[in-house]
Formats: sequence, structure tokens, C-alpha cells
Amino acid sequence: MQVDVKLFASLREGRFESEKAELENQSRVIDVIKKYNIPLEEVHICLVDGRDADTEHVLQDGNTVSLFPPVGGA
Amino acid sequence: MKIYRVNMSNLSFTQEEVPEEWRLLGGRGLTSAIVAKEVDPTCNPLGSKNKLVFAPGLFAGTMVANSGRLSVGAKSPLTGGIKESNAGGTAAQRFAKLGVKALIVEGIPEEDKWYCIHVHKDGVEIKEETELLGKGNYEVIHTMTARYGENTGVMTIGQAGEYKLSTANISVKDPKGHIRSAGRGGLGAVMGSKRIKFITLDDNDGAGIEMKDKEKFKDAARIFNKALLEHPVSGDALPKYGTNVLVNILNEAGGLPTKNFRMGRFDGAEKICGEKMYDTIVSRNGDPTHGCHVGCIIRCSQTYNDKDGKYLTAGFEYETIWGFGAGCLVDDLDIIARIDQMCDDIGLDTIDTAGTMMVAMEAGLLPWGDGEGIIKFVEEIKEGSHLGRILGNGPNFTGKAFGVTRIPTVKGQTIPAYDPRAVKGIGVTYATTTMGADHTAGYAVATNILKVGGNIDPLNKEGQIELSRNLQIATASIDSSGLCLFVAFAVLDSEPASHAIIDMVNAQYGTNWSVEDWFDLGRSVLKTEIAFNKAAGFTSKDDRLPEFVAESIPPHDAVWDITNEELDQVLQF
Repeated sequence: MQVDVKLFASLREGRFESEKAELENQSRVIDVIKKYNIPLEEVHICLVDGRDADTEHVLQDGNTVSLFPPVGGA
Repeated sequence: MKIYRVNMSNLSFTQEEVPEEWRLLGGRGLTSAIVAKEVDPTCNPLGSKNKLVFAPGLFAGTMVANSGRLSVGAKSPLTGGIKESNAGGTAAQRFAKLGVKALIVEGIPEEDKWYCIHVHKDGVEIKEETELLGKGNYEVIHTMTARYGENTGVMTIGQAGEYKLSTANISVKDPKGHIRSAGRGGLGAVMGSKRIKFITLDDNDGAGIEMKDKEKFKDAARIFNKALLEHPVSGDALPKYGTNVLVNILNEAGGLPTKNFRMGRFDGAEKICGEKMYDTIVSRNGDPTHGCHVGCIIRCSQTYNDKDGKYLTAGFEYETIWGFGAGCLVDDLDIIARIDQMCDDIGLDTIDTAGTMMVAMEAGLLPWGDGEGIIKFVEEIKEGSHLGRILGNGPNFTGKAFGVTRIPTVKGQTIPAYDPRAVKGIGVTYATTTMGADHTAGYAVATNILKVGGNIDPLNKEGQIELSRNLQIATASIDSSGLCLFVAFAVLDSEPASHAIIDMVNAQYGTNWSVEDWFDLGRSVLKTEIAFNKAAGFTSKDDRLPEFVAESIPPHDAVWDITNEELDQVLQF
């Protein structure tokens, strides 16, 4: 299956802004994180199709996965 | 410490002892206490019965990081209720070093003259001012720095405050001569109503602050400062990307209010986001990280240069970029930076100016996405043309003039950069805070979106009432301390950091506060404000969001499903 992976802020460094990823069926968010060698502690916010998801969330074909490090503002 | 009182009706200055009831107040706690005590809640905010109060926070002038925020308070000409607005810059720590716990400005000059005020170690001088009338804030800051030296604090109003516009702010010089803003609620108009163009502060040979136990304070401050540096938000993300990192997060989450709160995502987000801004700043040799006051270690501010590498603006915030960007459909960061610079110079709140431009676009006065058109309209505000005076009085005033009903305000103040339907916790804050639609008053976005201090689903109403209430209380305490609100990112996640705050209060003031006493401070500040607003004529019908939130908003088809009864529970404590 294919998902859109979008990385933000410091997660983009040395990687990319967005990419289509080929994954095994039943892949989870954690598999995307591992695929791109992102240290788990660097990922603080995971959204799947714009909704909060944890790392065990099972993905479906066509999902968008958005990953952020810890960030703040106002 | 003393209370300084300036009376503009008879141009007099007096010093007073700090009454016991104000001894343990500072910042917002103190400005709200003074306004509630001394200002008739039914008065005309631009009349002689309103007062303008400046107060540094409880920790101003100490060595704890990020403690130099200034609070300014009055009855707001925008909301008609009590207002506290705060800013970084060079004022709060100078007030503290001069031993000034609060500066209260009252009355209105009898003659048709303008004045400036100079505060120094021996007191206050009130002088007539003619030279800088009609000039922008940057010119005032440059002239005062040349006249009194680099080490001078300056607070100033631009043309907007001189015109007494409801969106006028009070600007504070930052350590580099750039501009920070006590932005919301039209306090620049109150300063203009008293015909004060600027206030300068010379703290040379000031007596300094009071500190009961210096060693205990230092120990606690070290723990606190360390927690700020170690937390990834205050220690890494904010210094590097500033607040504008939020564009992409809110966009992905579907809560970035686009085209006057019609959609939760903006096609042009990548062109105005924090990542793009960082790359642009670096490639043009700007400064991607600096603090807005001495002792700030979070350094979320930056300087943004134009494409020729010349200084364009500083303190370029997410709210501003969202408002003129996604809100108005402008996707050019350079145009938005120019607008930011103009608002700083004219002395206009960028959130309310952006809200006004959204309403102007609704009215068909400008095409959506017309950034150059916004620039022309901001110039009209500066010129004081009739259109400018309409626009400068904010979205409700402009909407009424042009027959627009889709107006994104609560209590007359523009809703900031998070859609209430997609980020429900902040929606609760917008509706219920005494300040009007204000995101800083109880920043539920931290827990709804940023996963700081917990994790509460932004699209679900569950837990949002309690979240907003708790954050409003905690924020009122922090706003009284003079600490920058961004310390909350570390404090919400670190018990040692929150305990250190209590230890610092006790060390400095000789109190014996527990954590509960610290929150009681926040509760009492809110109760004071609620009582003022009630006496000013506010009822629960003012604690509501605008009608358009009944529509669902894409991409999540989110709806506002929090009931009026639930909203009325928020400030019950």
C-alpha cells in the first residue's frame, strides 16, 4: 500500500518535506518512523489524515502521515 | 517599591507607598486589581475616568530567565471590558530597577496639547511634546535612543494611538531597537486619549528590587532556567523556528482558519510556514533567533530581511502571518512582513488588523488574496482617512459600516489563529475569558494540538471545559509573575520547574506559599476581572462565539457542539 509521508520542522533536516512511501499492508506509524531512520524520541506529534494517532496506529492505503518534533508557539 | 501616579488633568506626579493589598501582586494581577479598584466599570474608555496602568511582574529585575514581561491594563475601548495586554522589551525591568511597582496614569489634559513622560530615579517629568506627533514608533524609538542613550526604555504609540483607534497598541522598544507590542484591546487609544505620545525610562542609579533571600532565589532560579533550556519546545523549537512553526501543524491538523474561518487548511501554507521563514531569514543574513528582553533564553524572536538583505521586520509572529496569510489568502511572506512592519510602526494590533482585512474582503472592498491591497488599506489607517478610521476601529466597526455579518470576534476582539471548531479547547477560552477572544489567556492549543501538559483530542468536546478553566487560572498566575508565557511549555511538563516558581516567590517576598496558593493567585485575578466585567454590563450572552461556528469546517467537518450551559461552567470555581 502507499501512504503520503510529510515531515516538518527539524525532522526535514537530511530527509525531505513529503514523499510517497510503499509499505506492507497493516503497517503502523512506527514502521514509517523506522523506515526513515527517525529517532523515536524526536517524533512528538503524529497525525494520520489530520487526526491524532499514536505510533501503533494501523495505516491504510492512501493515508497521509504527518510527523512533527516537539514544537510550540502561540 | 513605590506606586507612581501621574495625573494628566493637572500634570502632577506623586509617589505612594504600596498598600498591603497590592504587595504580593505584580503584572496582570496588579493592573487588574488597580483598574478594578480605581476605574468606574461603566466609564467611557476614552474619557477622563479611565486609567492606564503599567506594571512589571513579581520577578522583574531578578536573575530568573524570561522574567521581564510588562503588563499594561485599563478598560478596553475595543471590548468594553477589563484588559491586560503584555509585552517584552525594555520597560518592565527598568520599572523594577527604579523601584516602581506600578505607574498609574489618570485624567486627561485640559489644554489641547500632547505630552511625553520621562521616568528616572528621582521621579517623573511630564513635558509638552510637539516634535514627534504624527510620527511612527520607529522614529520615536530612534530619536529617544539618540537623546537619552542606548540604555533607555521606551514605550510609544504610533499614529493609530494618536487617532484613538480601538486596534491601537502600545509599542515597547526591544534591546536592539526593534518593536514589541502590548497588542490587544486598544490600549494605545487609551494612551492617546490622555495625549501621551511616549514614555521613556532611565534606570541609572535606580535603587533596585527588594529580595528577601537571595541565595534561595538563586537556587530555585537555576532549576527553573535549566528546565527551560532542557525542554525541547523552549530549548530548541522556539529558538530555531519561532512561533511561525505553527502554520504547518495547524494546517495538517485542519485547524488553520482560512478565508475568514471557512476552511481549516490553506493551499499556500508551505509558502508562509515557519520552515520557509527560517530558510528565508538565513539565506538573507537575518537573525533567526534573539530574545525580546534581557534575560530571555527562549529567544523565539527573529529579524526578517527583505530580498536585498535590508532589515524589514522583527518579532514576526505566527498570529500575524496566519491572519494576513491564511485568513486573507495572501501567500507571499515578503508582503506579510511589510504589513507587519507597517503595523509595528503605526502601532496597530496585527490580529485585529488582519481580522478587519478579512471583513473588508467579505465586504468586497478588496479581493481575497490581495496583499498589495491590504498594504494600501493599512496606509489609509496611517493617514487617518475616513476609510482608515473605520478600518482602524476593528472588525465589528468595519463590518457594521459595510453590512457584513460574518465577523470573527468575541467581545469585539478578533479570534486568533486556531479554529474553535477544530481546536475546541481554545474555542472555550475564546468564548469565556474576560479578555475577549484571546488565545494566550488559556492556551489549550498546547494540550489539544502540541501534546504539552497532556493530550486532549481537539475535535472532541470531552475535557475541554476543565482544560480551559485550569489553563486560564494558571495563566493568570504566570501573567502576574512577569514570566513569559512560553515558560509554560516547560512548566506544564516539569514538576521541578513549577515548584521552582513557588520557591522563587517565597524567597523573594518572604511568603510561605504552596502550589495551591500560586493557583489561588490566578483564581483571585480572574474573579477580580469577572466582577469588573459584570459591573461593566457583561452577561453570559457575551461569552459566546459568533454565529458562523454553527457551520461545519473542512477538512474534518468539525462542528461547535459545546453548549451554552457548558460554557457558563468554565469560570465557576
